[in-house]
Amino acid sequence: MNELKKSIMVSLWFMFLTFPLMVIRVNTIENTVIWRWENMALIGIGSFVLSFVWRWAMRRKEAGDAVAASGEKKSGKLAELANNPALTNSFRAFFLVVFLVTPWLVTTYQTNILISFLLYVVLGLGLNIIVGVAGLLFLGHAAFYAIGAYSYALLNQYFGLGFWVALPLGGVIAALAGIALAFPVLRLRGDYLAIVTLGFGEIVRLVLENWSDLTGGPSGISNIPRPGLFDAKLSVADANIYIYYIVLALAIITIIAVTRLKDSRIGRALQALREDEIACEAMGIDRVGVKVMAFGLGTAWAGFAGVIFAAKTTFINPASFTFFESAIILSIVVLGGMGSNLGVILGSAFLVLLPEYLRAFSEYRMILFASAMVLMMVFRPQGLIPAKGRSYTVDDPELNAANGGRI
Amino acid sequence: MVQGRSRRGIMDWQYFTELFLGGLTRGSIYALIAIGYTMVYGIIELINFAHGEVYMLGAFVGLIIAGVLGIMGFPAPAILVIAGVVAIIYCAGYGYTMEKIAYKPLRGAGRLSPLISAIGMSLFLQNYIILAQTSDFLPFPRLIPDFDFIEPIAHVFGSSDLVIVVTSAFSMAGLTAFIKYTKMGKAMRATAQNRKMAMLLGVDADKVISITFILGSSLAALGGVLIASHVGMVNFAIGFLAGIKAFTAAVLGGIGSIPGAMLGGLFLGLSESFATGYISSDYEDVFAFTLLVVFLIFRPSGIMGKAKVEKV
Repeated sequence: MNELKKSIMVSLWFMFLTFPLMVIRVNTIENTVIWRWENMALIGIGSFVLSFVWRWAMRRKEAGDAVAASGEKKSGKLAELANNPALTNSFRAFFLVVFLVTPWLVTTYQTNILISFLLYVVLGLGLNIIVGVAGLLFLGHAAFYAIGAYSYALLNQYFGLGFWVALPLGGVIAALAGIALAFPVLRLRGDYLAIVTLGFGEIVRLVLENWSDLTGGPSGISNIPRPGLFDAKLSVADANIYIYYIVLALAIITIIAVTRLKDSRIGRALQALREDEIACEAMGIDRVGVKVMAFGLGTAWAGFAGVIFAAKTTFINPASFTFFESAIILSIVVLGGMGSNLGVILGSAFLVLLPEYLRAFSEYRMILFASAMVLMMVFRPQGLIPAKGRSYTVDDPELNAANGGRI
Repeated sequence: MVQGRSRRGIMDWQYFTELFLGGLTRGSIYALIAIGYTMVYGIIELINFAHGEVYMLGAFVGLIIAGVLGIMGFPAPAILVIAGVVAIIYCAGYGYTMEKIAYKPLRGAGRLSPLISAIGMSLFLQNYIILAQTSDFLPFPRLIPDFDFIEPIAHVFGSSDLVIVVTSAFSMAGLTAFIKYTKMGKAMRATAQNRKMAMLLGVDADKVISITFILGSSLAALGGVLIASHVGMVNFAIGFLAGIKAFTAAVLGGIGSIPGAMLGGLFLGLSESFATGYISSDYEDVFAFTLLVVFLIFRPSGIMGKAKVEKV
């Protein structure tokens, strides 16, 4: 009964709160008012139901916290599946085959969606090095995406460089920009760092928008050539498939590189820095050098993705690289699980593929992302697939008896 | 016209005053929003990313109320007051609810999670407006009447500028008095200094945090309604830029300090106005962002703040 009363209060509160915005639509030019009472009813019922779900989830979370505090750790089923080597290898092979075959089976439109999915995988994995592995909240990823895209567009426009020359150059330029940004901002703490990178991202976009002589301003650069294949003339559909394979290759390289990076010396130094900077410095880790490397490594992937994006769309303008874009890439990383590569891939699948195939919900796409970001932080901050560090089990009967085989 | 203006010399006093007064209006709005950032940061060390969105909601609620009342035939000054009050009430409600949903469950969860949750909240509120109202620019009725006595200087400093500056000054004075002289204000100061200690001494920290969000959101709503009727346009995206600029103002003045936020707002407004007036108006927003980046890197404690030494 008490529960019911609480939910009714919540529902009344939300009906009150959303009343002017959801119910009234006013046109000040024609002086007409539209009353949309049905929205109020929807909000009332919706918040009534959701408040039950919210409290149930809250109780579950608290119970989970209590279990975690008592020392018993249980890993989720998804994470367990992800850690079975035989299964993951056959999964990898299966997905590789699927991705290799798909473009020949589906329309150009579908291939396009897959290209953008893979681009987001690359972007997300790059950001994951900075946000997930190194624990630096970075809100300017779109700026480096833009730097990559504009590198190709401008180098092509002014110097006639082709795609294959521009691809590594775009990555290098983005990495250099990332390193240049890293030096001054490294002294900053978490949330200040986030805001500075956001500010940097906006500065890059605004400069691209205002420096019309060089970048074409808000109207952008058009007629960017698609990548060529030994002088062969490709139709638009074939060029698209060709780009698809390039992105696929890049995504696979990224996945391998990032996975290996995580377990490398730098990767472990980064994870250690994320946990405790002072202890790390005491252990002789070069804090500045390692963090600068994280920035460079993370932004380089954004640069590569940017070059391919420019080649795919053949037209770029600053509007493609707003803060919104950075927020989407960040939510991919956050939803998937910070620091977890499989999570990032799954996250981009959720954020790019689902809305494309559920066209009916496309209007609600962004509001669902946004709610997911908040709810994820509240109920499952570790993401869909939590990152798992390397763990070792020791076969020592005495130790096993002492603490259940865990060290 | 713009070309000719920007070439005028520094010694042109009329142009200088024009820029100064323009900056004053801008600055008071920045200050109003910046106070919300700084109060929340002072108490729970969270950059409430969605604060700019509360300002935008305030402008929208104000627009809707003003539109309905306008059709019912109320006189403009009454509409302004009622729309302002309703916007303040609603934004206070939104601020309160936002804290309960997105930030309260995350207390003690590190620094990254609440910030990401705040970014999510900000995107949520923007898209909520797109779905509930529109993604287009909406015209906002001119609610501030032209005063006769300000007629001679109206081309430089109109009545809406006057209303903005005076209202902001009064509400900031009111806030300062509230924090200085009431029991709740004392509890807020105590919580900002040391939350645990304040709780031990019987301060209800949850209540203090709620009040902080309510006060900050109310000021942002006031700023939203005032600036919307000054500019004459509202859009779901106005909160982002205003939020960042207000945050810049809060940082300039030393985040966590309320007088600092007021000073920072004025400083940012004036310097932006002079920079666009004397240098170039193309890079107006770049200027604010650059100021933000430079200050955060070189003087994160603000103009007046003292550098904090971190002890291990």
